[in-house]
Amino acid sequence: MLDKDGIAKRIAKEIKDGYYVNLGIGIPTLVANYIPSEINVVLQSENGLLGMGPFPFEGEEDPDLINAGKQTITTLPGSSIFDSAMSFGMIRAQKIDLTILGAMEVSENGDIANWKIPGKMVKGMGGAMDLVASAKNIIVAMQHVNKAGESKLLPNCTLPLTGIKCIKKIVTELAVLDVLPEGGFKLLERAPGVSVDFIRNATLGKLYADDNVPEMVIE
Amino acid sequence: MINKVVAGADEAIKDICDGQTLMLGGFGLCGIPENCIAALVKSGVKNLTCIANNAGVDDFGIGLLLQTRQVKKMISSYVGENVEFERQLLSGELDVELIPQGTLATRCLAAGYGMPAIFTPAGVGTEVAEGKEVRSFKGKDYLMEYAFEADFAVVKAWKGDTAGNLIFRSTSRNFNPVMAMAGKTTIAEVEELVEAGQLDPDQIHTPGVYVHRIFQGRNYEKRIEQRTVRKKVND
Repeated sequence: MLDKDGIAKRIAKEIKDGYYVNLGIGIPTLVANYIPSEINVVLQSENGLLGMGPFPFEGEEDPDLINAGKQTITTLPGSSIFDSAMSFGMIRAQKIDLTILGAMEVSENGDIANWKIPGKMVKGMGGAMDLVASAKNIIVAMQHVNKAGESKLLPNCTLPLTGIKCIKKIVTELAVLDVLPEGGFKLLERAPGVSVDFIRNATLGKLYADDNVPEMVIE
Repeated sequence: MINKVVAGADEAIKDICDGQTLMLGGFGLCGIPENCIAALVKSGVKNLTCIANNAGVDDFGIGLLLQTRQVKKMISSYVGENVEFERQLLSGELDVELIPQGTLATRCLAAGYGMPAIFTPAGVGTEVAEGKEVRSFKGKDYLMEYAFEADFAVVKAWKGDTAGNLIFRSTSRNFNPVMAMAGKTTIAEVEELVEAGQLDPDQIHTPGVYVHRIFQGRNYEKRIEQRTVRKKVND
């Protein structure tokens, strides 16, 4: 079973040289730590920055320079800054190669719920609905089951939706899965030491698995 | 030339009336019109509808206008970090419309570009789509979203000139330029106000035609919400 950093490490292997990538809050943010140094990747922050750099050195924080999580950050050589409309314009126009975000639930037809739990304080969807509706390539980083042990990979989402038929790949602490165009989760890789049966028991939606599902390789 | 320069925030906002709709620039506490928010609190104007990406924190930003119960409705994409906001929302004192962030930005843009509506895929198949027209283009569904109408846009820029031209700095740009274009009346507060001719026309982000009032703000606090740093490694 993977920890959060393990999930982030596995997702980092999906990032290719030259990609423009938007990272959501939570596990997706950790992915930045594991992008191989030999490839060139540009991170987008949807408040209006391409080329997000690391946190500033102590004493060098600039209140005018933050990311979408409102954290102080830095720019890099080649960075550019723009307004919020252009930021979502490039997302809508599919100029961003890969979006990585978290989820509370994903359904077997690729619906995602990640912004609202009825009865709890609703903070808002931020940019999540724009990202999932437009991105051509989305990877969801999530826990396979919730704290009560219930599956979060479902036949249908039970929570209010963020977007429909948009998720194609999921990485959890147990597995890497594709969402098939005709519906259902296709098991691609198992986390080290995790059996197919264990994953099947943790997946409420339809799960397809070949006879020999390889174990993930994580350095 | 029409004189756009006003003495300060109090004069800039003096005709904002009860029940009007305001756009307020900023992302979190970054690039917010601090001087105008303070002047609005002092003015006591109430029943405002505020279009802003966020609602500030309890003791800063739009949070200050919530503390004094001057806001009737917020139109935002994310309203996380604010306890008083949550209390007013749950008690029914405050009306909140949550909309996708890109939709928020683009409805501002549409207003500034003279377009009545936009089509966006954001929110299709979700509760955001309820009651909205859906149109299909090349096999994909889009929601029709209307351009915002705001009585005033209140924005913060880094530099401005007496002709109303604005230059923003770093990610404090965010919603400010698109809101500046969208207000019936646009008020800009700037850190440094210079005479027309002192800014390079090639470097202007918001042309002065969109800006009706401008002043040099004072005592910017520029509060940081999440101070994240790394340690210097001595080698």
